[in-house]
Amino acid sequence: MGLVLDSEQTLLRNTATDFARTRLPVTNLRKLRDSNDATGFDGAAWREMAELGWTGMLIPEELGGNGFGHFGLGLVIEALGRTLAATPMQSTVVLAGTALAQAKDSTVATAALARIAAGQTVIAFALDESATHRPSHVATTARRQGSGYVLNGLKRFVADGHVADQLVVVARTAGSVSDSAGLSLFLVDGNSPGVTRHRLSMADSRNSADIELKNAEVPAAALLGTEGQAGPTIERTLDAGRILLAAEMFGMAQEAFETTLAYLKQRKQFDAPIGSFQALKHRAVQMYTEIELSRSVLYEALTALDEGRDADVARLASVCKARLNDALHLITNEAIQMHGGIGMTDQVDVGLYLKRARVAQASLGNAAFHRDRYAALAGF
Amino acid sequence: MSNLEAFRQEARDWIARNYPQSLRTPLQVESPDTPWGGRKTRYDNPDVQVWMDRMAERGWSTPEWKPEHGGAGLSPDAARVLREELRAAGCRPPVFSFGLMMLAPVLQEFATEEQKQRFLPPIARGEIRWCQGYSEPGAGSDLASLRTRAEDMGDHWLVNGQKIWTSYADMSDWIFCLVRTNPESKHGGISFLLIDMTSPGIEPRPIQLISGKSPFCEVFFTDVKVPKENMIGKPGEGWKIAKRLLQYERTNISLSVQSGTGGTPSGKSLAQLAKDHAGESDGRIADAHLREAVAKFEMTSEAIGLTLRRVTAESGKAGPSAASSITKALGAQHNKDKYELMLEIMGQSALGWDGAPFTGEEIEICHQWLRSKGNSIEGGTSEIQTNIVAKQVLGLPD
Repeated sequence: MGLVLDSEQTLLRNTATDFARTRLPVTNLRKLRDSNDATGFDGAAWREMAELGWTGMLIPEELGGNGFGHFGLGLVIEALGRTLAATPMQSTVVLAGTALAQAKDSTVATAALARIAAGQTVIAFALDESATHRPSHVATTARRQGSGYVLNGLKRFVADGHVADQLVVVARTAGSVSDSAGLSLFLVDGNSPGVTRHRLSMADSRNSADIELKNAEVPAAALLGTEGQAGPTIERTLDAGRILLAAEMFGMAQEAFETTLAYLKQRKQFDAPIGSFQALKHRAVQMYTEIELSRSVLYEALTALDEGRDADVARLASVCKARLNDALHLITNEAIQMHGGIGMTDQVDVGLYLKRARVAQASLGNAAFHRDRYAALAGF
Repeated sequence: MSNLEAFRQEARDWIARNYPQSLRTPLQVESPDTPWGGRKTRYDNPDVQVWMDRMAERGWSTPEWKPEHGGAGLSPDAARVLREELRAAGCRPPVFSFGLMMLAPVLQEFATEEQKQRFLPPIARGEIRWCQGYSEPGAGSDLASLRTRAEDMGDHWLVNGQKIWTSYADMSDWIFCLVRTNPESKHGGISFLLIDMTSPGIEPRPIQLISGKSPFCEVFFTDVKVPKENMIGKPGEGWKIAKRLLQYERTNISLSVQSGTGGTPSGKSLAQLAKDHAGESDGRIADAHLREAVAKFEMTSEAIGLTLRRVTAESGKAGPSAASSITKALGAQHNKDKYELMLEIMGQSALGWDGAPFTGEEIEICHQWLRSKGNSIEGGTSEIQTNIVAKQVLGLPD
């Protein structure tokens, strides 16, 4: 494991790339979008991914998974990013999976993990309450009532929120709105009374929802971990989420770049391929450079996750997400510009990469958020 | 394995007995104690020469080279063990020279056995300091248009012309040169010639740079006689050799740029520099703009460092890594960015040229800031590097 793939990892990535290209090509996303599909993802493909073991990669064998680890999962998600595959990987396997795995004594959590590994469920992670990522800002409250809790608040831009069977909800059991202490995690049924879900129609045609909690009652067993002590679990969950979202973005960046590079070689103007013009050549090399730098930080971050280097994970998550944000921003903009007029049409795919890029960039922290966090972690 | 462990112990003991105590501190960038070697170099600390000589005696400056080439003939494993022990003991390199880093690899690949036995040992032992005669006033990025002539006079070559941007020509003993042996063929008329700088008709002249320093020279050749046996490869093979040598040069530039990304010349981090100059509040850099700029710089440093590590890991497997093609231009830009950021942090304190009230470090930063502008010009401009990547890595058409 490390910065260079071994033969097993190369095989996994190739398998996943083949799967994405044949089973979930970009036309799959177009079909979901154009038919206004109610679930927003391909359920049959999701079950096939579970059979391939991909939904159980972060879950230990004793809980029904295969424990293959973050690096392997990163390679799968990178491959899925290449075709903009709409799957519940990020919400269910990465975010909810990581949060649930920290709640070791919770029987509801272990049962949920087994269902995730088997590909039988979708679980969303409901944290953000505003349009930009502010993880310490939680106004949603959980108040003790009888033997259980009652939840109130509004969660925004929850990936797969409208189709999730269950929600991992971050709520405040103590403290005031911007305190980092006093947070708790609850596993809430998506259809329980008091939970109202509004599906959002986003530019990237992927699943997102606002979720209103209005006197939503949950039993005591819904509490994951210790009341008021969820801070470290949330951080750990978010860092895994940031790194694996960066993996998806890395797949997108490569695909958008390679598509554009092929176009530069094929498109002729002034009797020459436009890729022979130095103004475009140098910008293509700039994109290539961003991709190579991104590859290095992503693989190092995935390795740090698997090796349990907690102090490194936090720092590298920010290095990784900030870099992929900037790289994908550049590459998707250049992809449109270099395609010219045809890049503005819905008919070619580059526009879809642009739209997904901006949603991914805004999720789990934009570049400025992560630069500030990096500085704070490094003591400046 | 036990042999290797015995060798490790032997190396460790020898280093403990022989490494001069006065060299315990790390070598600074552009230090007067850089072990260039050669007849003209003088060091502030005489122990630099002592260490060079002791390592040379064992052949350990170039442990994998054959003994007849000035090495110790060690296996790759033994050489690795030796390097690990030298690193663990915090040893400075015994020799750090263009001869070792750029010329020697192409001699190993292209020279005859006689030439290897003649030229490699003095490089390994640090006895001869080499400089590089590539660029000319009319041949910069378009290097192959060079015009310095070498005429075949039967028993020798007669060289006439001018080189420029020759690093430390005035301090060097020999020069490896690209010369034109055939005016009819642009690339095919170039040859690779080794010339003794004491030959009559050679004159190096230092050039004063914007940094106030003079690391580069012009070198004039007027009817310089060079023995026939000093040519590496055949006449007309110089361009092939030159390109290979440039690969080594660029690798070295990107590695040396990386080793300098840490912070100020004295090793202070940019974050600390920003706190000291622009103020601190609650343990953070007070100015939010500078804080973000420093964070962005440090995050890029991490990405470049990891990419260099990856390039090293990948190069071990199947030829040079594709990513190695971008590290030179990347390192150059990053080093330039570092000095511009220091100027932004320090304001006019970083613009002191000389004397009080400026500290030695402030003056050094000012001069290094100006020096850094050359990073994206020397050894192939970043624009030329970018053209090469576009063509060779991305396959974009001419």
